[in-house]
Amino acid sequence: MIKRRRFLKGAAAGAAVAGAELVVPALAFAQGAKIKIGLMLPYTGTFAPLGVAIENGFRLALQEAGGKFGGREVEFFKVDDESEPAKATDNVNRLVNRDKVDVVLGTVHSGVAAAMIRVTRESGTLHIIPNAGVGVATGALCAPNIFRTSFSNWQNGYAMGVALAQRKNVKSVVTITWRYAAGEEMVKGFKDGFGKGAGKIAKEIWLPFPNVEFQPLLTEIAAAKPDAVFAFFAGGGAAKFLRDYAQAGLKDKIPLTGTGFLTDGVLEAVGSSAQGVETALHYADNLNTKRDNEFRLAYAKTYKLQPDVYAVQGYDSGLLLAAGLKAVNGDASRKKELIAAMEKTTVDSPRGKWRLSRAHNPVQDIYLRKVSGTDNKVSGVAVKALDDDPAAMAACKIG
Amino acid sequence: MDFHTFLIQLLNGVQYGLLLFLVSSGLTLVFGIMGIINVAHGSFYMIGAYLAWSLVGGLGSFWIALPAGIAITLVLGLLLEVLLIRKLYDRDHLYQVLLTYGLILIFEELRSLLWGDDVRGVPIPEVLSASIPLTETQSYPVYRLWISAVCLVVAGLMVWVIQKTRLGMIIRAGSANREMVQSLGIDVRLVYRLVFAAGITLAALAGMIASPVSAVFPGMGNQVLIVCFVVIVIGGMGSVKGAMLASLLIGLVDTFGKVLHLEVAGVKLLPELSSMTVYLLMAIVLLWRPEGVFGRRP
Repeated sequence: MIKRRRFLKGAAAGAAVAGAELVVPALAFAQGAKIKIGLMLPYTGTFAPLGVAIENGFRLALQEAGGKFGGREVEFFKVDDESEPAKATDNVNRLVNRDKVDVVLGTVHSGVAAAMIRVTRESGTLHIIPNAGVGVATGALCAPNIFRTSFSNWQNGYAMGVALAQRKNVKSVVTITWRYAAGEEMVKGFKDGFGKGAGKIAKEIWLPFPNVEFQPLLTEIAAAKPDAVFAFFAGGGAAKFLRDYAQAGLKDKIPLTGTGFLTDGVLEAVGSSAQGVETALHYADNLNTKRDNEFRLAYAKTYKLQPDVYAVQGYDSGLLLAAGLKAVNGDASRKKELIAAMEKTTVDSPRGKWRLSRAHNPVQDIYLRKVSGTDNKVSGVAVKALDDDPAAMAACKIG
Repeated sequence: MDFHTFLIQLLNGVQYGLLLFLVSSGLTLVFGIMGIINVAHGSFYMIGAYLAWSLVGGLGSFWIALPAGIAITLVLGLLLEVLLIRKLYDRDHLYQVLLTYGLILIFEELRSLLWGDDVRGVPIPEVLSASIPLTETQSYPVYRLWISAVCLVVAGLMVWVIQKTRLGMIIRAGSANREMVQSLGIDVRLVYRLVFAAGITLAALAGMIASPVSAVFPGMGNQVLIVCFVVIVIGGMGSVKGAMLASLLIGLVDTFGKVLHLEVAGVKLLPELSSMTVYLLMAIVLLWRPEGVFGRRP
């Protein structure tokens, strides 16, 4: 709570969780003039740094557009979603029905995002998802007004699978992850990709979320002796897994691979345990393109922080929205034209240029990265211009 | 599963069980002897881990950080008892849950302010960083064996203090009849203060010595809290023996629940339902002995 208050004090817009009640009536006069953007992101809890990075990235895109989208000023309405699915419906309703925002930006947690989609599908409010990779968002639950600027869980798993399938010496792989939506979707992607080669999945290991007692499962892996391991964990669980894997002596005998979340944001914590671990993600350190370098410099100057993949996703959300609003001269009520313009946009992202699929998920290059020091150094492109899971695409009825 | 793998899994289970004992032993003391339900117990585990991280960083050595961390948490425990906990002895359990739940929130925010929200890691101390090869692919970190040894020593010390010393006699008497002990001229309040401080120090100690094999991250305390209460329920309130037995049982059940394959009438039970095995064990024990294996019958 202390943190939230402190954060609000510092927030430039000042219109946030508690403040929103006071600000709304005053702004009623300005309606039509300003574009109302609802930020529903985690500002407390484990995912708080991710929420802040997304907002920072988004604001940087706004700043680079001269502080205006489509020639109009922007008004922010903020809600802390606490990564709490049980509160998600109420929270998004506050933005959509009470504050009547033109655009909702949110969120990190897939469960919360899924609840948001149910509301924005009904209301038709323009909704940009800056992180949550849950498949249905651009699959069975896709909608003309819902966009994603990050990734689908399937994409990163698939790319790692394709990369391993190309290696002649990798004939069997063990997968290990938490048994919940994100883990299941990434492993499905991995199997789809790896299945393109001659290799076999020797074993699938599942843990209850968020259990971190890996020791017995590492013994299982050691006994199965696969040629490689594919893993997805995140945050503290990822750090513990990387350390346990190395301490069990497995790291030098069975190469560890995964989706990028396994090694993002934990490299300082795990020291040498993660060296050489290969992962697939839609962003990497040391991309060293002109576009990425410019972005990293601007971000570091503005926030005195190094950007990460979440900041890029927030930034791209801003770029996509800016392109759409520019086409309608900032008139968010011309929704059909706005959506059509966004669909046609090629986003000039720090991660590399990408466009949207029919279901509004990025069609993007997925990088292969290798941990070196405290960086996820890019070692190549695992799959170029990767679209989403064909099964999810088939379930999406728009476009 | 061949015999060799079975033995390694047995070792994994026992090792996990011993660590569980260390984490939950403090809760047994505070809950069983003082009758205080301390739901903030997990927070002290987290505080221990973060202390280890910042002290190892600041002092440079795990072996200096360990006693320093113990001293800090002892003082913290004494302060908390004097300022807050002692007002709760005669209150209903609900007040205790409310207050200690509030402590969880406060400690989480303080952690966020002091140490941030990033995931941290503590390096394994040099002398214990070796590994013993078990199979051609797997080796066992010596540090994990050392953790088991510490847990056994702590268990032995606890039994010795409670069963064999004068202090232990007062503690046992105080938990049976507080007023009578007080009327005999013994300052029970001081003893309780020590017991509470020792209880949370044990949790912090567990966090400190687990930090090199775990990682240090927000919310890590809440993960251990529930299983700690399961240990107490299975073992019986206030029984050190019970806590040890329950910890080992849970360690083994959890380990084999994850790796055994069990199918009954075409329905896959294990490892699909591995998240439930520990709670099933608790339910069975509760049906058989509602007061826990070594609990006193009411």
